[in-house]
Amino acid sequence: MGLVTPHCMIELDNVTFKWHKNDAKPTLNIPTLRIDKGEHIFLHGPSGVGKSTLLALLAGINTPSSGNIRILNRDLNTLSNTQRDVFRAENIGYIFQNFNLLPYLTPIENVTLGCEFSKSRKQKALQQTTEPKPSLQKEAIRLLTALGLSESYHSKDVASLSIGQQQRVAAARAFIGSPELIIADEPTSALDTANRESFIKLLFEQAKRANSTLVFVSHDETLKPLFNRAISLVSLQEPL
Amino acid sequence: MILTKLAYKSLLNRRASVLLTLFTIAISVMLLLSIERIRVDAKTSFSNTISGTDLIVGARTGDIQLLLSSVFRIGYANNGVSWQSYQYIAAQRGVKWSIPISLGDSHKGQAVLGTSRDYFTHYRFAKKQTLSFQQGHAFEHLNQVVLGSDVASRLGYALGDNIVISHGMGNTSFHHHKDNPFIIVGILNATGTPVDKTLHIPLAAIDLIHGGSHSANNDDDEHDEHDEHDEHDEHDEHDEHDEHDEHNNLIGEPSQITALLMGFDSPLYTLQIRRNINQYKKEPLLAIMPTVTLKELWQMLAIVEKVLLLFSGVVILVSLLGMLTTLLANLNQRRRELAILRSVGARPWQLFTLISMESLFTTLLGCLVGCGLYYGVMLISSSYLQSHAGISVNIAMLSYYELTLIGVIMAAGFIIGLIPATRAYFYSLSDGMSIKT
Repeated sequence: MGLVTPHCMIELDNVTFKWHKNDAKPTLNIPTLRIDKGEHIFLHGPSGVGKSTLLALLAGINTPSSGNIRILNRDLNTLSNTQRDVFRAENIGYIFQNFNLLPYLTPIENVTLGCEFSKSRKQKALQQTTEPKPSLQKEAIRLLTALGLSESYHSKDVASLSIGQQQRVAAARAFIGSPELIIADEPTSALDTANRESFIKLLFEQAKRANSTLVFVSHDETLKPLFNRAISLVSLQEPL
Repeated sequence: MILTKLAYKSLLNRRASVLLTLFTIAISVMLLLSIERIRVDAKTSFSNTISGTDLIVGARTGDIQLLLSSVFRIGYANNGVSWQSYQYIAAQRGVKWSIPISLGDSHKGQAVLGTSRDYFTHYRFAKKQTLSFQQGHAFEHLNQVVLGSDVASRLGYALGDNIVISHGMGNTSFHHHKDNPFIIVGILNATGTPVDKTLHIPLAAIDLIHGGSHSANNDDDEHDEHDEHDEHDEHDEHDEHDEHDEHNNLIGEPSQITALLMGFDSPLYTLQIRRNINQYKKEPLLAIMPTVTLKELWQMLAIVEKVLLLFSGVVILVSLLGMLTTLLANLNQRRRELAILRSVGARPWQLFTLISMESLFTTLLGCLVGCGLYYGVMLISSSYLQSHAGISVNIAMLSYYELTLIGVIMAAGFIIGLIPATRAYFYSLSDGMSIKT
């Protein structure tokens, strides 16, 4: 169990993961990985190398078959399912590859959804607004606008939005309430190059404002120069 | 709060399938309530058919057969009561009133009852209600007829119309006595009993339509009787007998009547005279207490009641299973939606609550719509039931029992909703996260 290190966001220690107990060789095998607070990490690797698996471990959706994962100095292994649910809801914003928006809610409702299930996210979200009467809606509007979704779309049907617009909603949902860690799972795969870069820049802006650590996963290495550190999942894994 | 909002929005989003489920429940609730109400009202209508009559006396036969033939106009009395016996019985101590009735003739399929004017004063139905006139008055002459409300409305008769009464039962009697028309002088209010489907004529007139006064009678068809004191004689009859004194005019001197209805001063007399009649040596007679026999008859019909209950039970079961099917099918489609909720921080118990809330809401709304449909159906069908089945449907507030039924349906719907809710509870986070659209 590593030392308590105040600047450390994510710490992996001899982590292996198998989908099934009897699998001969683990899907993922990471001897060590350390990401500091405030870093903007570009995590890349070809398809099938285990990117999504790693993200699921980081988000506490799955637990490693062996080894330890520490996030914000909390050992995820020691948390119960419920505790992990709470921990995730409070500290992690997740941008899904397929956005995972609820089609029957408006963009604003989708964005504020997470705050409805976590009191601390809600409080932090309310602190973010500079408005005289803070409300979740106002914070959602601020985030959506900052991420480039103009206000005329804020109350529209999510299903009627374009992919790019849906992605901004998904990003705003991850950022609301300033979680310590933002995990983005190939959110730009459906965008063209120009849009990709401008979107990532908007992500950086918000991450800075919220003091969030950003872990951005992609197989598209052309994005690598935009980040201050890139990690290759292939070289991260111990040669088997 | 957020769960309620999500449940509402999610239901709205799936309104087509939700509406279908809702209507399945609504229709089954409607069916259950209707069957229940008809069952209860049929029983009430049934036991309301006759009241206030202490004894019915007829020729010896089965209790129920006598009741069916004298009160429900179903089947035939194979034999009659001789006029001598009638007079003897009517003269017993404690007899408050006695009404001779004579059945066996018909008009266009509707029963014709020969009786005395006392019938209109002493015959009671439901909660001791007497017959009342919608129009006109009781017969005063041999050629006058009083119609039950159904007869009048179904055959389109009005006061003053002339009608011909045939000999025997059924529509196609052999002889129509065209020379004996009757004038309609009264139409009774609806009672919800066989009285509505009956034409009432003076007892003596039964003889007339058979073509002769005081003739010897066949067992089945012909009955002539005397009653009480009626004041008028006939003006219009083309018959032979115009010349009776006022007393006997409307009653005549039949040799036989079908049955007699009796009221007593005290229940003690009822029991005593009933015993005496049943042991009467001169003629094989049977006296029944209609309320007792009605109960026996209903017990015989209890199987019908049970079948109706079974039907409604099955209807509910089917609709609840339908709801379960829909809920489970929806749940599969909603795995992703639930997983998204989990990923933004909803806990398993919150998903559980969400799903149970939705099914409870669907059941609740289904029950409400079902009640609405039920009242609609009852409003539309009550007149039909009244006229065709003789069931007077009572459109009232839901009874305690009906509310209990709805409560049971709601509880069942809620419990069934717990099945998909439990499945939702165990949906793991990764399960939904890995589903790609």
